[in-house]
Amino acid sequence: MDWETVVGLEVHVQLLTASKAFSDAPARYGAAPNTQANVVDLAMPGVLPVMNREAVRMAAMFGAAIGARVNPRSVFARKNYFYPDLPKGYQISQYELPVVEHGTLTIDGDGAERSIRILRAHLEEDAGKSLHEDFHGMTGIDLNRAGIPLLEIVSQPDLRSPKEAVAYLKKLHTLVRYLRICDGNMQEGSFRCDANVSVRPRGQDTLGTRTEVKNINSFRFVERAIEYEVARQIDLIEGGGKVVQETRLYDSVKDETRPMRSKEEANDYRYFPDPDLPPLVLTQEFIDEAARALPELPDQKRQRFMRDYGLTAYDAGVLTASEETAAYFERVCEYAGAEPKLAANWVTGALGAYLNRDGLEIESSRISAEALAGLLRRIGDQTISGKIAKEVFEAMWASGKDADSVIDLRGLRQITDSGPIVAAIDAVFAAHPKQLEQYRTGQEKLFGFFVGQVMKATQGKANPAEVNRLLKERLSS
Amino acid sequence: MSLSRKDVEKMAHLARLQITEQEIEYYREGLSRILGVIDQMNEVDTRTTAPLFHPNEEALRLREDRPDGAIDRDRMQQIAPQAQDGLYLVPKVIE
Repeated sequence: MDWETVVGLEVHVQLLTASKAFSDAPARYGAAPNTQANVVDLAMPGVLPVMNREAVRMAAMFGAAIGARVNPRSVFARKNYFYPDLPKGYQISQYELPVVEHGTLTIDGDGAERSIRILRAHLEEDAGKSLHEDFHGMTGIDLNRAGIPLLEIVSQPDLRSPKEAVAYLKKLHTLVRYLRICDGNMQEGSFRCDANVSVRPRGQDTLGTRTEVKNINSFRFVERAIEYEVARQIDLIEGGGKVVQETRLYDSVKDETRPMRSKEEANDYRYFPDPDLPPLVLTQEFIDEAARALPELPDQKRQRFMRDYGLTAYDAGVLTASEETAAYFERVCEYAGAEPKLAANWVTGALGAYLNRDGLEIESSRISAEALAGLLRRIGDQTISGKIAKEVFEAMWASGKDADSVIDLRGLRQITDSGPIVAAIDAVFAAHPKQLEQYRTGQEKLFGFFVGQVMKATQGKANPAEVNRLLKERLSS
Repeated sequence: MSLSRKDVEKMAHLARLQITEQEIEYYREGLSRILGVIDQMNEVDTRTTAPLFHPNEEALRLREDRPDGAIDRDRMQQIAPQAQDGLYLVPKVIE
């Protein structure tokens, strides 16, 4: 049977506020255990939560960026469960009336753009961390993370393949970083993803029974976890079984999902409006102000790159995937006065590869935008060929020197004068009389051989176009 | 609406309350009476009434995003049953 994959994603985005959602404890990552957990985060008797305006503003900005409705009135609820990293015994969240509803995110599907609906985004607080290493048979609790504001972004089940799920997640990641509402660090857990996965016979309208896959903390794992889960569900159904609605954990080492040990009443959260927090009321002015604060968004920037720089949709997409890369590219163009396509090739090509190899972000690139522009200028004015430029780039990366210093130091200046090139050609002819004879008797494919020899004789520095022109001239004389 | 003894046991467990055999019957009757009141309220047609989340119409007050780092961890850990290396220790939890 032909099966269709149906996926919806729930993404938890840690908001980049200085203090927590409902307390004024600092919200920095990586502090010593419990040094950022105050009496509110510890749920001491008598404390009351006070909402952070900045977290609300960030949620409203996100709503505006996805064309969603930012609700003028939303309600905080208590989600009740017992776990030691949740000292109050409930998480403050939003249930019936979330702050953001009904937006869309456009992704690159297979060959065509696809619009993915976002059902809602609601504000809530993060829990603390449990450390299960051995403390004499006890569990250690660090509540620094408890109370950090989260925006939980819930998509409709509009995604139709593991690849689309990754495309959606990457797009969301790009967006929240552009908005500067989240640092997007998946390793540190500031951007986390759960997937609701089901399958159905292609053509069927109703949804199959879904499972919720948790613990997928990288783009690669999202794809693999969904692939695994889809295959498991299809095998199960084709073998005469039934999918059970449950929560499953992804194990990236074994590359499989397995059921979470069922906490019996896992889904009995007994939500009710939090009596400590009256409704969140946003004025139109507040909502408009958040919308006005939006930067140029990824899609807008991409369109502009295609229009103003004449780039392909693909190149523009890669360059605008992060604001930092886009800014770097624009600086290179500005300083180099170079062909944007050439600049795009270098930024997405060599630079991307070196950054990747050394595990660096573009902000800490060993070659600045200005320095790369300097290199491109030397290609443009024919001081060096594209091939030599790769060597210069490598030396620049290793030494931190600018292009001109590397070119001079290594004597890489391209030879465009005909004198030395002709001399090299004559030397090659003298060294290879047999090939010359063969060429003259009709074996014209030896032309490439001569080009290669001349380039070798000039250590690659001869201008290839000049070599071609002069060789043709000498061979036909 | 009437609750079963099992319902009461489940609720007690969800709330992590330990109750005795005798108490189960006591709570079963009391909680059932509360549900009776709710049944009575459900008879009112509320289709045209907006749900009331809070008894007063006050709006949430928002605070500026200014962190206060003055947290005396050691003092707070003094009243914890057990702490080590800055962590609060609790009976082992296994997922």
